[in-house]
Amino acid sequence: MLGILRQTVVAKLNHALNCEQGIGAVALRAYSSSSANKMTVRDAINSALDEEMSADPKVFMMGEEVGEYQGAYKITKGLLDKYGPERVVDTPITEAGFTGIGVGAAYHGLRPVVEFMTFNFSMQAIDHIINSAAKSNYMSAGQISVPIVFRGPNGAASGVGAQHSQCYAAWFGSCPGLKVLAPYSAEDARGLLKAAIRDPDPVVFLENELLYGESFPVSAETLDSSFCVPIGKAKIEREGKDVTIVAYSKMVGFSLQAADILAKEGINAEVINLRSIRPLDRSAVNASVRKTNRIVTVEEGFPQHGVGAEICATVVEDSFEYLDAPVERIAGADVPTPYAANIERMAFPQVEDIVRAAKRACYRSR
Amino acid sequence: MACSATAKIIHNPLVFSSSRSAEKYESCCKISGRSSLGSKFLGKKLLSAKSAISPASRRSGAVVAVSSDIVKEKKVKSGSSAASNLLITKEEGLVLYEDMYLGRAFEDMCAQMYYRGKMFGFVHLYNGQEAVSTGFIKLLKQEDCVVSTYRDHVHSLSKGVPARQVMSELFGKTTGCCRGQGGSMHMFSKEHNVLGGFAFIGEGIPVATGAAFTSKYKREVLKEDCDEVTLAFFGDGTCNNGQFFECLNMAALWKLPIVFVVENNLWAIGMSHLRSTSDPQIWKKGPAFGMPGVHVDGMDVLKVREVAQEAIGRARRGEGPTLVECETYRFRGHSLADPDELRDPAEKARYATRDPITALKKYLFENNLANEAELKAVDKKIDEIIEDSVEFADASPVPARNQLLENVFADPRGFGIGPDGKYRCEDPKFTEGTAQV
Repeated sequence: MLGILRQTVVAKLNHALNCEQGIGAVALRAYSSSSANKMTVRDAINSALDEEMSADPKVFMMGEEVGEYQGAYKITKGLLDKYGPERVVDTPITEAGFTGIGVGAAYHGLRPVVEFMTFNFSMQAIDHIINSAAKSNYMSAGQISVPIVFRGPNGAASGVGAQHSQCYAAWFGSCPGLKVLAPYSAEDARGLLKAAIRDPDPVVFLENELLYGESFPVSAETLDSSFCVPIGKAKIEREGKDVTIVAYSKMVGFSLQAADILAKEGINAEVINLRSIRPLDRSAVNASVRKTNRIVTVEEGFPQHGVGAEICATVVEDSFEYLDAPVERIAGADVPTPYAANIERMAFPQVEDIVRAAKRACYRSR
Repeated sequence: MACSATAKIIHNPLVFSSSRSAEKYESCCKISGRSSLGSKFLGKKLLSAKSAISPASRRSGAVVAVSSDIVKEKKVKSGSSAASNLLITKEEGLVLYEDMYLGRAFEDMCAQMYYRGKMFGFVHLYNGQEAVSTGFIKLLKQEDCVVSTYRDHVHSLSKGVPARQVMSELFGKTTGCCRGQGGSMHMFSKEHNVLGGFAFIGEGIPVATGAAFTSKYKREVLKEDCDEVTLAFFGDGTCNNGQFFECLNMAALWKLPIVFVVENNLWAIGMSHLRSTSDPQIWKKGPAFGMPGVHVDGMDVLKVREVAQEAIGRARRGEGPTLVECETYRFRGHSLADPDELRDPAEKARYATRDPITALKKYLFENNLANEAELKAVDKKIDEIIEDSVEFADASPVPARNQLLENVFADPRGFGIGPDGKYRCEDPKFTEGTAQV
C-alpha cells in the first residue's frame, strides 16, 4: 500500500519534490544570506504570481479588483496587462459565487488563485473552501483533486474595525484537507506562494496587510524562478537556548524585536517562524522546547481554540518532562477589535507583552 | 383545485396542469436590449410560446417564455402516419426508456435495501423525476460535466457510472465509485465527469459554473478544441439561495457554456415552493440576468429532450447559458427518513397519472416504435443489472483500516512532519492506520 502511495506521490509531485530537494541544498545558505538584495513582501507575492502564471498557462487569478484596479492592495499590479482579462479575472462582489467557480474550475483541471480582499470576506465563501474544496479529494476517493489557492490579507490592519480585523488561522487550521500557510518575510511569501500554487491540494494563504510594505533581505536563491519553500516545515529565525518563542506572520517580527530586548537582559530567546499552520511543524516546536525547556506562543487571533492552544497541547503531550515552566500563551484580546487607536493597540500583542511573557517563563522556576 | 388538509394551500391550477391544457398562447417577446442573446434562440424552429402566468403579469416586456409543445402539435398534425414526423427513432426511444427504467428500478431497490439496513444515513430518491435526468443527460458526451445535489443517484447512472459502483458506494463498500468515502450524497466520477453530489443546496451551482468557466478557458486561453458543456441540476428551494443568483449573473456575464436545470418538484422537504417564493415562476429569473428562461413539462421526456437539445446546443455554440425550469414531482418523500405528511394525497395521485415512464411507453406503442415484448426485454435486462449490482455490493469488502487516512490530500505530505522529524506519510505504519495521528 505504501509502495503504491509513494509511487503515486513521486509521479505526481516530481516538480514539487525537485523544488524541495533544491531547497534542502540551499537551506543552509538561505539562513545565512549575505546578499544585498531587498524585496518587499508585496513585490515578493507579485513576482511569485507572475512567475507561476508564466510557467503554467492553467494558473489564473480571480477576485475583486485584481485586474484593472491592479489589486486592492496593489499585489496583482501589472498582471492584467501581462496576461489579459481571461487570466486575471475581475469578479463581481460575489464571494460565494466566485469561490465556488474557482473550486469548480479546479475540479476540472485549472489551477485558480482566488483572492479575498481580506479573509474576513472568506466567511461568505467558507462553505466552498471547506465543503467543496477541502473535503472533495476525500469524498471522491482521490478522483477529484482541487489545486486551488485562496489568498489575501488576514488579521488586523490599522483602525479598520471589528469586521475587518479577525485572524482566521485557527479556524482554517482545524480543517482536514486544507493546507494553511502564513508567511512572514519576503522569502517566506515568495517561496510559500510558489509552493502553494504548485501544490495539488487546496491551500489557504494568509498574508498580512501591514507586512506588504516591509522590506526584507533576499538571497539570490530566493529570486530564482524555481525557488520554493516546503510546506509543513517551520523556520528557526533566531537560535537561542533559554526560551522558545513561537509565532507566525506579523508576530514573528514582534518576537524578533522582543528577542533583541531580552538579549540585553541576558535571556537568549529562540524564535520560531511557523510558516505553516496546517500541517503544523510539531517536531520543530518540540525539538526547540526540549532544548530551551520554556515556551511562549504568540498570535494575533482570539485566544480560545487558537493556534497557541494547539501548540500548548502538542508540547504538553510530547515534551511534558522537558518543561520547566508552564506554557505562556499570548493572543489577541478576547473582544471584537475596537476602532479607537489606543484600545486597538491593547487588543493585540505588542513587543512588551512578549518580553513580559518570556521573562515570566524564565523566572517562574526560580 | 387541490386543497391539502394540513397546509391549506390553494394551488394555482395553471402551474400544475399547464403543460397539457390549451392555455393562452402568445408570441415570444424579445428580451429588451439583448437581441443578440434572444434572437438566435427564438429564431429556431420551436414554437409558439406559452406562458403559465396570470394575465396580469403577461406583458412584462423583458420576459421570454418558451415552452415546448412539439409532442402535442406533431401528434395533432401527423395523425398515425409518417415516422419522419416523430421526435425520436426507435433506437433513441429504447435508450430513453431503458435509462428511465434503470433510474426507477435502482431507486426502488435502494428503498428496499435501506429498510433492510444495508444502506444508511441520508438517502434521497429520484422516483418520478426520471424524465429530467434522461432527457438532458442522454444528449451529453462523456467529456461534458454534470453537477447535482444530494439527489444524485440517477444523474450518475444516466451519465454512465455503472450501477454496481453506485450501489457499492451506497452500501459503503470499497468498490464504490468513491470507495465508500462519499456516500449517497457525494457521488463523484472523474471518468464520467460527474462532479458531485453536494449536500448543501446551491453549492453545486458555482462548482458547475466553474467547470463551464474551465471549458471556456480551455478554448480561449489554452487554445484547445473544447466545446464541453456543463449541466447544473438543482431544485426549487435552491432558487431562493444567493449563490443561484450570483451564478446566473456571472454565467450570463461571461457567456459560460452551462445549462441551469431546475427540477421544480414543488417541495423542499416540507416547504412548499409557493409558500417560500415571492414569484414562483422560476424561469422568469433567467431573463432578469440576460439569459433565456424556459419552462417545460418535466414529466414528459420528449419535451424535456427537445428543450435540452436547444439549450445544450446554445451552450456548445458559445451563445451562453440557459435557465430551464422543469415542472416535475417526486413520488416519494424528500428522503427515506421523511414521513411525507404534508403533501396532499390527491396531488400525489394526480402526478402519478403523469408517470414519465408510462407516458413514454404509451408514446412508443402508439407510434409503433416498440412493442410490449421489446420493452419487457428491456425491463428484464435492467432488473438483472440491478440484482447483480446488489449482489456485487453485498459481496464487496468494507474499506480497510488504512483507507481512513487516504485521499485526504492529493499530496499526503499535507499530514505534516512527525515527531521523528520526517514527513508522517513516509512512516510505514501511517497507512496501516496504526501510526499515531
